[in-house]
Amino acid sequence: MFIEIKNLSKIYNKYLAVDKINFHLEKNKTIGLLGPNGCGKTTTIGMMLGLVTPSSGEILIENKNLNSFGRDEILKRFNFASPYVELPKKLTVRQNLEIYGRLYGIKDLKKRINEISNDLEIKEFFERKTGELSSGQKNRVSLAKSLINKPEILLLDEPTASLDPDIGDFIRSYIQEYKSKNKVTVLLASHNMNEVERLCDSIIMMRRGKIIDKGTCNNLIEKHGRNNLEETFLKLARSKDEF
Amino acid sequence: MNFNKIYALGLRHLYLVMNSFPRVLDLIYWPTVQIFLWGFISKFFTLNSEYYNNTVGVILTAAILYDFLFRASISFNMMFLEEIWSRNFTNLFIAPIKIREIIAALTLTAIIRTLIGLVPAVIIAIPLFGVSVLHLGLPLIFLLIGLYLFGITLGLLVTSGLLRYGPSFENIAWASLFFLAPLGCIYYPIDILPDFLQIIAKGLPLVHIFEEMRNILINNSVNYFNIFKSISISVVYFIFGVIVFYFSYFGAKKRGTLINMGE
Repeated sequence: MFIEIKNLSKIYNKYLAVDKINFHLEKNKTIGLLGPNGCGKTTTIGMMLGLVTPSSGEILIENKNLNSFGRDEILKRFNFASPYVELPKKLTVRQNLEIYGRLYGIKDLKKRINEISNDLEIKEFFERKTGELSSGQKNRVSLAKSLINKPEILLLDEPTASLDPDIGDFIRSYIQEYKSKNKVTVLLASHNMNEVERLCDSIIMMRRGKIIDKGTCNNLIEKHGRNNLEETFLKLARSKDEF
Repeated sequence: MNFNKIYALGLRHLYLVMNSFPRVLDLIYWPTVQIFLWGFISKFFTLNSEYYNNTVGVILTAAILYDFLFRASISFNMMFLEEIWSRNFTNLFIAPIKIREIIAALTLTAIIRTLIGLVPAVIIAIPLFGVSVLHLGLPLIFLLIGLYLFGITLGLLVTSGLLRYGPSFENIAWASLFFLAPLGCIYYPIDILPDFLQIIAKGLPLVHIFEEMRNILINNSVNYFNIFKSISISVVYFIFGVIVFYFSYFGAKKRGTLINMGE
């Protein structure tokens, strides 16, 4: 088991954001983290990234508690992309990638930036300020930043939110292709069920801070007697039961 | 400490300045206006005050040193605020960089921003008012070290507030130095203050720095004990600032404010 989440909880003042969740991530697999807004996905990701201190429970990486690693030791193995987190707007794409490449201690940085820029087709706006880019371009740059260190663990929070179908498909295809060529474990939080079906090996469903069900897409669809993942999601999100 | 990472973070702020001419202009504009204003006030006092008789530039030198302190603190705050304004906070705090490396990067980069603003103003003061801070001689370096450490400390305390309370704490960033200025005895001797305020003022490094500056310019003598005292007090405050920053960081992790901190 690569990453294990054990009885993880987070309470903000008196609000229970995450309630004793348990799951694990197998090496080089992609897990989808689904659930309605405010169900605890972002807090869970925040705890995995060390941005949020859990109220109780633990996160184990290769059977070692996350807290026992040095901050820089563990974070160089992770990376994260979200359309809600931006890169410095006044810096050019090249400058941003250079800075993050240096922060992640990338050797032969020029080569790595070149590689990833070609793959994600961001070379054409390389010298433009990041704040001047379209949403689709920004998302590709954000993804490039998240892959700059070839992370072992990649956390993606709605990587295709608010993108047109063409760009959305480009990013999904790229993630698929990247996964086939690189060893990476991915945790994907998304509201796009087609994306989840396409990219994820298994799914965790959350509601009000709890995991209410998990399994592969097909298993869950079958188990809940629905035609597709979207219908299954709606059933689980609206139901009051735990499965 | 990984100097490559400290350099990377410094580079991020230097690119920001280099990419924007208005930013460079903004850095230079305010210190220059200050120098002009205090230059004329200084000239007037020099001609009309017994206390300042034959001590050309005491007020202007004080204004320059105070501006150095102000710019150091504001530069530190501004660089931190830039991360919040650009919604880059999460990216920064998930990068494999230690908190002490972030503090070191901001501290080292703040001096560059400060000097970009202040050096042109200091140079202008020489032909225009015949005043050069270099008249302070070797002690100038030690006075600047004391001021810089205290400026960074104020920056650390304000950024700790930003971590604790979020962007709404921004206004305090601008007000922080004005709050301490009356007690700093920048333009007047400490005797002017009421007795109880003198006790508080002596707990600040500013009083010792500015008293010593006046001593050097008016009496032509240097009291290194005073300079040592001011630097020692600044170091104590700096350590306190670092501790508060760490507390705020861990507090922010508990409250979850490191995620989605933005405008």
